[in-house]
Parts: sequence; structure tokens; C-alpha cells
Amino acid sequence: MSLTPENILNWILLTPLVGAVALLAVPGEKKKLIAALANLFAFAGFLVSLPLVFWYDKTQAGFQFTINHDWIPSIGASYRLGIDGISFLLVMLTTVLGFIAILSSWAFIQNRVKEYYIVFLILQTGMLGVFMALDFFLFYVFWEVMLVPMYFIIGIWGHERKLYAAIKFFLYTLLGSVLMLLGILWLYYFHGGLHAPGAACPAIGIAGHTAAEMNTFSIPVYLELGHFLPATLIAKLVFWGFFISFAIKVPMVPFHTWLPDAHVEAPTAGSVILAGVLLKMGTYGMMRFSLPIFPEASREYAPFIATVSIVAIIYGALVTMMQKDMKKLIAYSSVSHLGFCTLGIFALNHLGLAGSLLQQVNHGISTGALFLIVGLLYERRHTRDIAEFGGLSTPMPVFATMYMIISLASLGMPLLNGFIGEFTILLGAWQVNHWWAGLSVLGIVLAAAYLLWLYQRVMFGEVTHAANKGLRDLSLRELATLVPLVVWCFWIGVFPKAYFDVLEKPVALLVQRVEGPQAAPPLAVTLPDTESSEGGTPAGTR
Amino acid sequence: MWDWFVQGLHSIEFYAIMPHLQLTLFACFILLADFLVERPYKYFNAICALLGIGFSAFALGRFWVRGDEKLAFNGLIVIDSFFTFFGLLFLLATALVILMSIKYLDLEGEHEGEYYALILFAAVGMLFMAGGTDLVTLFIGLELMALCFYLLAGFLRRDRRSNEAALKYLLLGMFSSGILAYGFSLLYGVSGSTNIQVIAQKVAERGPGDPIVFLAMVAVAAGMFFKVAAVPFHMWAPDVYEGAPTPITAYISVASKAASFAMLLRLFLVPLGPLRPNWETLLAVIALATMTIGNLAALNQDNIKRLLAYSSIGHVGYILLGLVAGNQTGRTGIIVYLFVYTVMTIGAFAVVTGMRRADAIGDRLEDMRGLMSKNPGAALLMLIFLLSLTGIPPTAGFIAKYYIFLALIQAGRYELAVFAALYVVVALYYYFRIVVMMFFSEAREPGRMTLAPGLVATLAIALVLTLAPGIYPEPLINLARLAITPFR
Repeated sequence: MSLTPENILNWILLTPLVGAVALLAVPGEKKKLIAALANLFAFAGFLVSLPLVFWYDKTQAGFQFTINHDWIPSIGASYRLGIDGISFLLVMLTTVLGFIAILSSWAFIQNRVKEYYIVFLILQTGMLGVFMALDFFLFYVFWEVMLVPMYFIIGIWGHERKLYAAIKFFLYTLLGSVLMLLGILWLYYFHGGLHAPGAACPAIGIAGHTAAEMNTFSIPVYLELGHFLPATLIAKLVFWGFFISFAIKVPMVPFHTWLPDAHVEAPTAGSVILAGVLLKMGTYGMMRFSLPIFPEASREYAPFIATVSIVAIIYGALVTMMQKDMKKLIAYSSVSHLGFCTLGIFALNHLGLAGSLLQQVNHGISTGALFLIVGLLYERRHTRDIAEFGGLSTPMPVFATMYMIISLASLGMPLLNGFIGEFTILLGAWQVNHWWAGLSVLGIVLAAAYLLWLYQRVMFGEVTHAANKGLRDLSLRELATLVPLVVWCFWIGVFPKAYFDVLEKPVALLVQRVEGPQAAPPLAVTLPDTESSEGGTPAGTR
Repeated sequence: MWDWFVQGLHSIEFYAIMPHLQLTLFACFILLADFLVERPYKYFNAICALLGIGFSAFALGRFWVRGDEKLAFNGLIVIDSFFTFFGLLFLLATALVILMSIKYLDLEGEHEGEYYALILFAAVGMLFMAGGTDLVTLFIGLELMALCFYLLAGFLRRDRRSNEAALKYLLLGMFSSGILAYGFSLLYGVSGSTNIQVIAQKVAERGPGDPIVFLAMVAVAAGMFFKVAAVPFHMWAPDVYEGAPTPITAYISVASKAASFAMLLRLFLVPLGPLRPNWETLLAVIALATMTIGNLAALNQDNIKRLLAYSSIGHVGYILLGLVAGNQTGRTGIIVYLFVYTVMTIGAFAVVTGMRRADAIGDRLEDMRGLMSKNPGAALLMLIFLLSLTGIPPTAGFIAKYYIFLALIQAGRYELAVFAALYVVVALYYYFRIVVMMFFSEAREPGRMTLAPGLVATLAIALVLTLAPGIYPEPLINLARLAITPFR
């Protein structure tokens, strides 16, 4: 039972679940004890994920730390876990944000405390499972299981319109999920046909003709399947089934309407997890499944999807600008920021993909932190109306500093994380189409506008409302939720090489799969590090 | 005389009819003994009934373990894995319904022995429906079950809704039986035999284009669609479900449906099997209409029993789709679906039964208000059953839907698969109206709510059987594959 590279993923997956079960045994009246235990387990969940950082072998492109047990042999589903560079970063993001979100709930959650923490820890397991599952059946189970706790988090501990937001969130995501389920089943059926005895089976080099190999949900097998899919209508529809499921989760325009409702009505920790981790499942799904399994359809529709992404970037930013509610503003900014991530993915080149993944992590950190900031203000004033604030930097100097750094990180200030991600994505997009990059830059400009304008209205000037005069600055616990994120912003901003190194091989493999077997070897990539790119031009790195 | 008797005891006929006989004997015993049982001790009847089910299940279990495949009474009934599986499923449902009835009948003031006897007789009818290989046996089994249900639906003599339910059920049920009998008579006329194997041969000779055979198929299909409550023969279901005593609603909703499906499968796969080109489209249209009406009508119901009635109509659509797909996966899927549907629906109805208090009927959506604070266990169980009814993993409901979807995709019926999948989203909406009431609304009057021991037992069994196949479906899948072997 000791922690070894062979079973570390089990540890990461099960620690929150064990915590949830343990909390069941604690009487509901002991709120402090419950909260403390939940924090302990969430922190333990982070600690057990830490060895990954040392054990992860970045010279490999494939899946590491794999675990494989039979589960339902008669249909070929198995309990199969593993991570590569892409999921590695997202798993770390999840364990860190999960802990911070739970820590941030300490003061805000006062009723039905026990249920809250149990549900939250189950959610944590579900999310980690999505990123680690290497079996489609298992993946789908985690993908769906996670919806239920999130539904309750929004529905019970949310704000005024929580019921509407909760069911809207659930219905939207479930709609996508069932379409994906049909897609998974079609792939399963198609794969079985490839291997059926007597079928014109191309030499895939992955399996023979035994029944066990015919029926499998193993994701590594499906990732090799891409170039054997026929270019038929049904294969394209399956691509869209997957894609819409992920697009709803991201969410891409025009599927984004659940997002402002869910983010605004959810309690702070729920918003942090929604923005920080849940949205990444959509982009993760695109990188993990859409591109390698449907390379032809991906290439065919990439211009269209990239265009929609650019629309999302600009439209999202414009809508953000007009919001009067702080939380809604941050929520809409996600639409714009995630537009960059999908643009990077569907640039279909190394820079775009690596940048997109890094930007996903960045968005998780900085938007998660922004939701924490809004939550901190809400706990003090019980309003999120921008007009209610103003001049807060006078009573809350420490808060002002933190908020400033995070705003700058989010809007893409060099030396902070957002810059690296967006810049790399723009480089990738530039390589494909100059217009894509040119138009997307508008998104960065607008992001600077809405974030700084928000900051100005909330923090600068005279204190206009008497209630704001005596606002207390950050407590130690509140500081503890923000400082790790700020440090992380700087780390990525100053030294992104560590991240690009981790992503190098898996992304190269991904690009290779998208481009097909006959394609040239992966592009030689010069990664932009801050020193050279700060004053440099895109041309310098090409 | 004695020799003849002993010979009879050792005959295959006696062996094959043992489960039916045991149930019948116990039912008769309950009818007699009921006169001697004083009012506070009426639960004695329930114990007798459970005992009878135990014996009967033992006999069935023996068939299963031995893997018997035998015809008895010159081919009137058969023992095969299909029959044994369904027989055990009916007995499970019957036992659970009896367990949840005890307290309910006390509250209604109608605790009579006939109730349990009728339930056992209905179970006997179901056994004949699953094991009959002759039109006569099948029809008699169906009528025996249906007659018991007409009575049981109206068992609350002083409740007008219950009376209405019984009358409606009786009139419409008789009508549909007539249509079914008409279909049977045509089949007999075509083939000169009531044995389904012989009919299958003759029908195959005539082929799908023959108008008489087609008419027979339509009449049989209409009769069976009524019994499983498929659109357009579903009108009775919501009223009967609402009016009948809640445990009986559960019983009609699961056991009667499972038995009718067992009979429907045997009819459509054996005597009507050669007509597949005819009924495939018909069934596809019916299934689609059933899912549509069931799921859409459930959206704005304010009575939980009516809501579950419409949702069960929706489930019928899914099960029929398994038959439309027509492949091995589809047939296995039907078996899996029926098993899962039985346990999760009984679970949900058991919670609704628990809402019946001395001072409340408890079948309105409003009555679920704040159940989480009144009885967290019941609320959580209901949540799990509702998730399973929707088809969210890791509950058994997901495995059932998985099989239906996969079967449709394998058969290339993508459009049906998409519709079936989209109705999952619709179903989530109305099932979660109950969840909203239970978890998000405050109770009208605070206080705790307890459940009767029988109900707790029902819920526990239903919970295990809903969750276990969801987390580890392997045994259920193997069971279903074995059960469907007679129709490979």
C-alpha cells in the first residue's frame, strides 16, 4: 500500500473519495471538525499527487504510471489509468485548485456543512478520474458522475437563481455527454469490426483477432485508430458528437449560455472548480480524443472551428466589458479566454497545442484566483455589484496587491503566466493563418480593457460607500488561498520551459497523429522564453 | 391408484410445474387461514406469502442450477433459462412488493388476506406467461395475471380513485385481451396448431407478404402493446398507476410489464419471427412514439405516481428499441433492461409508499418537500433510484441504456439511437423535479420521518441490486446472456 509509481494514480484518485467516506462517519453538528477533516484530505490529495512532479519522465511521449485491471471483461471495459504530459499538468491543476477551493469554503459555507464537503470531495475524485482514465467506459463514468456533485453544489449552496442555474448546467452537459456516448459506442463497434475474423483488417499493429482484442474500450488503442476511420458521413457525425460534447463543456459560442448562470450562481469554491477545472475537460477532450481519433475531420473542420473560437474571443470579451456584476464579468471572460485555448488546439500545430494546454492551466490559476477575489469581496459585503465598490485599495492594501497581480496575469502581462500561453497560441495561429492571429490579438487588448477597468472601478478612487470604509484586509487563511496561485503565476511566467519540456513529446506525438503517417516529422520548435520574446517579434521564433 | 400417484410425482410434468404449484398452494392456504388471523396479526399472511415465494424460488433455482431445457405437458410449457430467469425476476418483484405492502395496508385499513393471495396468483400467471410455448397457456397465464391485477387495482374499496382505476383497467384490459385472442385465432387458423413452434414454421412458409398473417401480427402486437403500455395503447397506465394502492402500482409497473415483455419476446421471436420485415418498422415507430409521449407527458406531472407512470411508458420505448435492433446485443439488452428497470422502479415506488402517513396520501410532488431533512436515507436512496432511472453511471440504469444504444448502433439505426439518447436529457429534467423537492426545498412541517421495517428491507435490496450491477455489471451481463440463449 505504500506510494509507488505503480499505484500513485490510485492514491490520487481515491484519497478524496476516502475523505468523503470518512466524513460520513462524523456527526453533522461538528462543523469545525468536518471542515478541518475535509481540508486535511484535500491537502493529502495534493500531497500524494506531488511525487508525480519528480517521477514524471518527460523523455517519453506515451502514457506513464499506468494501472490496468479487468473490470467488465465481457464487454472489454477495464479499470485503466495513466497520464501523459497533457493530463499530468491538468491533474496537478486539479489537486491544487481542489485544495484551494475547499480551503476557501471555510467561512462561506455555514449550512449543511457535512453534505457540502462530502459532495466536494466526490467531485474531486470525479474530475481526477476524467483526466486519468485510459478506458472509454471508465472515462464516461467519471465524466457523468462528476455532474451530480456539481449540480448539488450549485443547487444547494448557490445564490438567488441557483435552481435554474443548476439544472441548466446539468441538462446542457448531459446533452453533450449522451451524444459523446453514442460516438464512443460507434467507435467501439467500428473497432470491433476492424478486428472481426475475416474482416479486411489493415495491419494496425495493435491487436490480433481474439475476442478480447475485438471488444475493448482502451483509449490507447483508439488513439491509433484515427487513420483507419472511413471518410464517411457517419464518421464525421461521430466527430461532431464528440466535438459538441466538448464544446458545451468548454463552452464555445454558441453553447456558452449555461456558463454565466452556473458560474454566477455557484458558491465561490464551485465557481473556482467550474472555471478552473471543469471547463478544461472540454479542451482536454478535444486534445485527447477529437484530434488523434478524427485527424481527417479535425483538419477539415479546423478553419471553421478556429473561426468560431475567434468569434468567441471577441464576442466574449465585448460581452464581458458590459457586465455590472463582478462575478458575471469574470464568468464571461472565461468564454473569451477559452476561445484562445480552442484556437490553439485547432491551429493543429505544435505551438498552438502546447500553448493551448499551458493556457488552460493559466486560465485555471488566474480565473480561479479571480473568482476567489470576488468571493472574498462577497463574503465581506454580500454583493457583487461593481457600483457598490470603489476605492477598496485604501482599506485593503494586501488584497489590492494580490488582485492586481492576478488581473495582470489574466490579461497577459509579460513575466506572468497568461502572456506565455496566449503568446504561444498566437504564434501557432500565425503559422496557419495570419488573420487568425491578427484578430485574436483584439481579445488580449479587450481583456486588458475590461480587467483594468474593473480593477479601477473597484479598487481606485475615493471610498464612495460608507460600508466599504472598514473592510477588513485578508486573513491568513485567505492569503493562503491566493499566495500559491500568485506564486504559480510567476513560476510559469518566468520559467515556462519546465512546462514546455513536459509537453514537448506528447504534443509532438499528437501533431504526428493529426498530420497522418505520411507527414513530415514534427516541426522544429523554438519555444519562446521570456528573455527573448519580451521584445521579440513572432518572426524571430519562426 | 397409489402407483399412479407416485408416478405422477416423478413425472417431468410435476417437476416442471412445481414453482407454479407451490405458489398456488400457499395462496389457497392464505385464503383459508385468513379467517383465523386477527386484525393486528395480518402480517402473518405476508410471511406465508413470502414463504411460498421462497419455496417456489427454490424450485426455479434448481432449474437454473441444473441448466434444464425441457418441454412439459406435450409442449404446453417449457423450462429453459429464459423462463427460469424471468420466473426468478417475478418472484423477486413479488417478494419486494409484499414487503412494502405490510405497513401500507395497515394505514389504509384494508389489511386482508386476499391481497396476498391475489398477488401470488398473479405471479402464477406470470410464470405461465414466461414459460408458455402454446397460445392457450400464454393466454390463460395472461388472463390470470390480468384478473388479479384488476382486483388489486381496486383493492382500496373506499377510495374513488382506486375504484376508477380498477374499472378503467378492467374495461380496457378486456378489450385488449379480445384483440389479442383474435390475433391468436388467426394464427391458429393459419397453422392449425396452437404450438408456437408449429406456428413459426407455417408462418415462415407463408412469408411476410401474406395479408392474414400480417393481420394476425398486428392484432397480437396491439394486444401486447396494451399490456406493456406502449403508445397508442398507454392511456390506462397513468390513471391506473395513480389510483391503485402504491405497492400494487409498483407491481403493475414492473412485474406485469416484465411478464408481458417475456411473452412479447417469445411471441415476436418464435411464431412471429419470420415476419420480422413487417414488424421491425412498426415496432420502431411505436417505440419512438412511446418514448416521445412518455417522456414529454411526464414533464408537467404533479403527482409522483403519474410521473413515474409516464416515465415507465418512456422506458417501454427503450425496451422495444432493443427488439427493433434485433441483434444479440439488443436481446441481451432487453433482459438487462428489464432486470434493472424492475429493481430501480420498485425502489422508487417503495420511497413513495413510505410517504404514505396516517394523515397524508403522500403521492404529490409537493409531499417530497424537504425529505432530505426529514429522512436523509430515504432521500439519498430516491436520488440513486432516480439517477438510475435516468441512466447516469455508475448505476445499473446506465448499463441498461448502454446496451440499447450499442444494439441500435450495431444495427445501423443511428436515428433511433440519437432520439433515445436525447430523451435521456428530457428524463433527467422531470426526474430531477423530484430531486429539487427533496433536497432544495424546505419541509412544510419540520420533524423526522421513519420507515417501516418491511419498507427498509425492500429499499435495501433494491439499492444493492441497483448499485451493484452499475459498479460491477459482469454478473448481470452473463446472467442476461444465459437467459437469452433459447433465442440465439
